Amino acid sequence: MKFLDEYRDPELAKRLVERIHSHSFHGLRLMEFCGGHTVAIMKYGLRQLLFPQVELLSGPGCPVCVTANADIDKAIALAKKPEIILTTFGDMLKVPGSYSSLQKVRADGGDVRIVYSAQDALAIAQGNPDKKIVFLGIGFETTAPTIAASILEAKNRKIKNYYVLSLHKLCPPVIKALLDSGEIKLDGIILPGHVSAIIGSYPYEFIPRDYGIGGVVAGFEPLDILLTVEMLIAQIENRKPTIEIAYRRGVKPEGNKKAREIMETVFEITEANWRGLGRVLASGLTLKREYQDFNAEASFVLEAIPAKEPDGCVCGEILRGIKTPLNCKLFGSYCTPEQPVGPCMVSSEGSCAAYYLYGGENNGR
Amino acid sequence: MDDKILLAHGSGGKLTHDLIKNLLLKELGNPCLNLLDDAATFTLNGRIAFTTDSYVVSPLFFPGGDIGKLAVCGTVNDLSMVGAIPKYVSLSLIIEEGFLFPDLKKIISSIHTTAQEAGVKVVTGDTKVVNRGSADKLFINTAGIGIIPDGVEISGSHAKTGDKIILSGPIGDHGIAILCQREGLKFETSLESDCAPLNKLVADMLEASNKIHALRDPTRGGLASTLNEFAESSKVGITIEEDKIPVRDTVRAACELLGFDPLYVANEGKLVAVVDSHAAEKVLSKMQKNEQGTQAAIIGEVVADHPGKVVIKTQFGSSRIISMLAGELLPRIC
Repeated sequence: MKFLDEYRDPELAKRLVERIHSHSFHGLRLMEFCGGHTVAIMKYGLRQLLFPQVELLSGPGCPVCVTANADIDKAIALAKKPEIILTTFGDMLKVPGSYSSLQKVRADGGDVRIVYSAQDALAIAQGNPDKKIVFLGIGFETTAPTIAASILEAKNRKIKNYYVLSLHKLCPPVIKALLDSGEIKLDGIILPGHVSAIIGSYPYEFIPRDYGIGGVVAGFEPLDILLTVEMLIAQIENRKPTIEIAYRRGVKPEGNKKAREIMETVFEITEANWRGLGRVLASGLTLKREYQDFNAEASFVLEAIPAKEPDGCVCGEILRGIKTPLNCKLFGSYCTPEQPVGPCMVSSEGSCAAYYLYGGENNGR
Repeated sequence: MDDKILLAHGSGGKLTHDLIKNLLLKELGNPCLNLLDDAATFTLNGRIAFTTDSYVVSPLFFPGGDIGKLAVCGTVNDLSMVGAIPKYVSLSLIIEEGFLFPDLKKIISSIHTTAQEAGVKVVTGDTKVVNRGSADKLFINTAGIGIIPDGVEISGSHAKTGDKIILSGPIGDHGIAILCQREGLKFETSLESDCAPLNKLVADMLEASNKIHALRDPTRGGLASTLNEFAESSKVGITIEEDKIPVRDTVRAACELLGFDPLYVANEGKLVAVVDSHAAEKVLSKMQKNEQGTQAAIIGEVVADHPGKVVIKTQFGSSRIISMLAGELLPRIC
């Protein structure tokens, strides 16, 4: 297929892998921040191809996975209200909260609908004027602009029954929090592709400046990732950590100005609650004062229930890169995609799901 | 006749009889069905295969087929997958009150065409009409009976080390064609479902050799799930090669956009065969001459290693395990 097969060319990949193996370094620890990269790495068996030269660690870049239980509980509480139609991306349906999941609420008669975009949710709002439609706003900088656009449209078209539960998260602050924690030693970061298409590469400049390691923005095809790894190795060899873009067809250094403007019109930066990392300053998005009419959290009374984490689940440590799914004693036996205990097994971008689907035993090292 | 199905059409009274006579018998009639006895009676000699399946597809009409065609193909194919020659099918309709009569007519006519193509007769049936909301427009159940020729021993548990895995054509057409029709996905493709009866293809294959050990049509769960079923029931390992598996560009593109893997997408007119290595080439070339198998290919083999597991060799020289489909296919977030 045009513009896709070129990035999966086995011959070119072989040459890149050979080049990577010809470098003198061994056991380099690189983190792929984004869940989309984790999936591509597992699917194409790249972890296996790069070992032992390079060790790839999965990071917290799966939006479903990093959503805290307390926030999932809020979504579940909203979905239980008879006047509400809760609309969500499909991945969230099966994620277990502290006591239930959206899937179970739906089975009990709650109106929970899968949509493919916030625009679909807006259409449901228009078609059901006697109901209140809440869109579950999950995702990083990639999805936030589209949700912001739906709020602007709702305002312009005077749609009064559309609300967003904004659980959006920001990438650069959490990378900083991870590096500050000192729990893991990294030699470089494979930076997210789609997030960077929006924010560009400048917001990552603090990584080489303050932490002395480099980062390269990667695309999602196997050659994109191999090229990124090679660029990071070259930086390490030359002792010149910097921020570069390997995914030039998708990402400009300045990002997408228009998308950021829309996002900044509607949202403001706030503290966010991350699974595994807890509260991280200035790492989330909430609706600005002038858009409070669309803020689900401000518009509905939600009973506060204490959140609890499932026993034995190490999703938090996996998201911080200090454990892999293979270190979890629930993985593959007690926790499977059919009966997930933690979110990393649910999301299509979750590390556990990727390890499970693509055979962690000989592929995950 | 009215243009909508009423509860009375299923009451057993005059409207029911009108429906049977003016639509069902007119389209599907044959000496056995025409008797309208409580059960069909016929004589069959040999080993019998018997199967049933219910069809609840939404939307009812999709590019390349409809629920009626699917209901015949599904049962014909299930019989074919044990090597049986499909003979007779039953047809049971559960219709939601208010269903459009012209739509029912189209579906029955499609059942007729497909049954003729497959060479099977509808010999018994039932019609129920349920209150609005108690069913989603139309559900169909079909059961089928076929005869297994002497010397044919096909089962998912018969795969042996060294056997070749043959796939009859490109995967994922049905699942993606249906998905593109669903609410919320405004995709425009020329893709059609591959929905087709496979009994003639299987007859051709058996003519080439009876050393076909296992056969299955990779419907829900896709190719990955079927291969896992073989590996599990036969207690063998299976290795397939990624670049040997035919997938149409349209299907690949849709899968890329939605975050699906074609290996897990449903098919309705494809089969996977596990064939003795000495007979594989002969079976393959016979398949390629049948219109349902023009793109058939050997995609892998049965191995003694990793029993119960399916391993795919990627184009990169790496390999990974492919497991069964877990849960439903859901599009990704970003």
